[in-house]
Amino acid sequence: MLSRRIIACLDVRDGRVVKGINFGGLREAGDPAALARRYDVEGIDELVILDVTATLEGRRALADTIRAVAREIFIPLTVGGGIRTEADAAAAIDHGADKVSLNSAALASPALITTLARRYGSQAVIVAIDARRDGGRFAVYSRSGTTAAARDAVEWAREAAGRGAGEILLTSIDRDGTRAGFDCDLTASVSDAVPIPVIASGGAGEFPHFADVFTTGRADAALAASIFHFREKAVSDLKRYLAARGVPVRMV
Amino acid sequence: MIALIDYGAGNLVSVRKALAAAGAAVFTPATPGDLATASGIVVPGVGHFGATRALDGSWRAALGERLAQATPLLGICLGLQWLFEASDEAPGLPGLGLLPGRCFLLGTMPRPDAPRVKVPHVGWNALARRAPSRLLEGIADGAQAYFTHSYAAPITGDCVAVTDHGGPFASVVERGLVFGVQWHPEKSGEVGLALLRNFAGLAARTS
Repeated sequence: MLSRRIIACLDVRDGRVVKGINFGGLREAGDPAALARRYDVEGIDELVILDVTATLEGRRALADTIRAVAREIFIPLTVGGGIRTEADAAAAIDHGADKVSLNSAALASPALITTLARRYGSQAVIVAIDARRDGGRFAVYSRSGTTAAARDAVEWAREAAGRGAGEILLTSIDRDGTRAGFDCDLTASVSDAVPIPVIASGGAGEFPHFADVFTTGRADAALAASIFHFREKAVSDLKRYLAARGVPVRMV
Repeated sequence: MIALIDYGAGNLVSVRKALAAAGAAVFTPATPGDLATASGIVVPGVGHFGATRALDGSWRAALGERLAQATPLLGICLGLQWLFEASDEAPGLPGLGLLPGRCFLLGTMPRPDAPRVKVPHVGWNALARRAPSRLLEGIADGAQAYFTHSYAAPITGDCVAVTDHGGPFASVVERGLVFGVQWHPEKSGEVGLALLRNFAGLAARTS
């Protein structure tokens, strides 16, 4: 049976891992390659490097970070943040990324999804959606959660899948950094609407949050950052917890 | 030296890196003639079965010659599917035909008790051993590997490990010196590196 994936996100700025609360107030967590190595040993299923700088100097540092992490680990590696063009995506992949994650660029130019899917295959293209509750619906925001995109999250996820995205990385802006649990309503709404895997993000704080998002949230994967970085929770303990509750996971 | 064939179906950075980490010396043949110096051959690939059209008659002939000289061949993902006769993904386009059978879209093989699954099949899933295998030597029965694909090969006499996603399919095949894995050894952590080391060992022994 297909395992539910646990994905660690490394928010990287100028070559160092940082993690914000509600997209603000960054605090530092360390060397990306060292963290990647630790996660690999603990049994993380995948890694995401999210570039939170997007300055020119930051970009050069990002290339070094991708190469350093890709040298260390042999599990899927996604790079997101600041992928604006086909050339940005090609550079990330040439440095060792297996997948790229598109967010604002896909909203601005949905054809980019198809261009990259044709060039590298759908498995290499993730569309990241940042959504916030808005009445009974979920509204999409771009530019790190600052700009309303005038799109509905479920409808945008469907379009992204139709255009060739291989996975959806779905972040709840309301929950991001709060440790109050994933938004299971948001996750289930999108997961039921698309034929491709949905990665839930935003709000991970305790082990039961993961069990919830894999059951009621119908997520295929769950992503977290800070609860792993600061050694508050070990990936191996999380997997044992999930396995004991009947959630299929990969044990190492 | 292991020849890693680049026919434009996906990025080979990860495969090259993982083969090197498994101790293999790797080169990318520019022409079919370059296969003459290979001690092992890897056909990688992601994407549409139609991409294998680039592996034309001269590549097929060169591969056939190497196999006749007992050079091991490993197909990865789309490369495994190409070892078979055909695929429903590109009807009418012949595969290499070294293994009998036709690849199918996941979830379309009738099995009443199968739960509805998402396609593509993305993530880690178990390899259930079905027959003895040199390629899987030292890898535990039930070990998990990383998959990302929509089409898969049927279970035939050449299948040595089975995986289930909306029905069973061949996740590892082996017949003589023809090997194939539907999953990505370059992305499957220690399990994948162990498999690549096994293949590199087979290539070293036959060269």
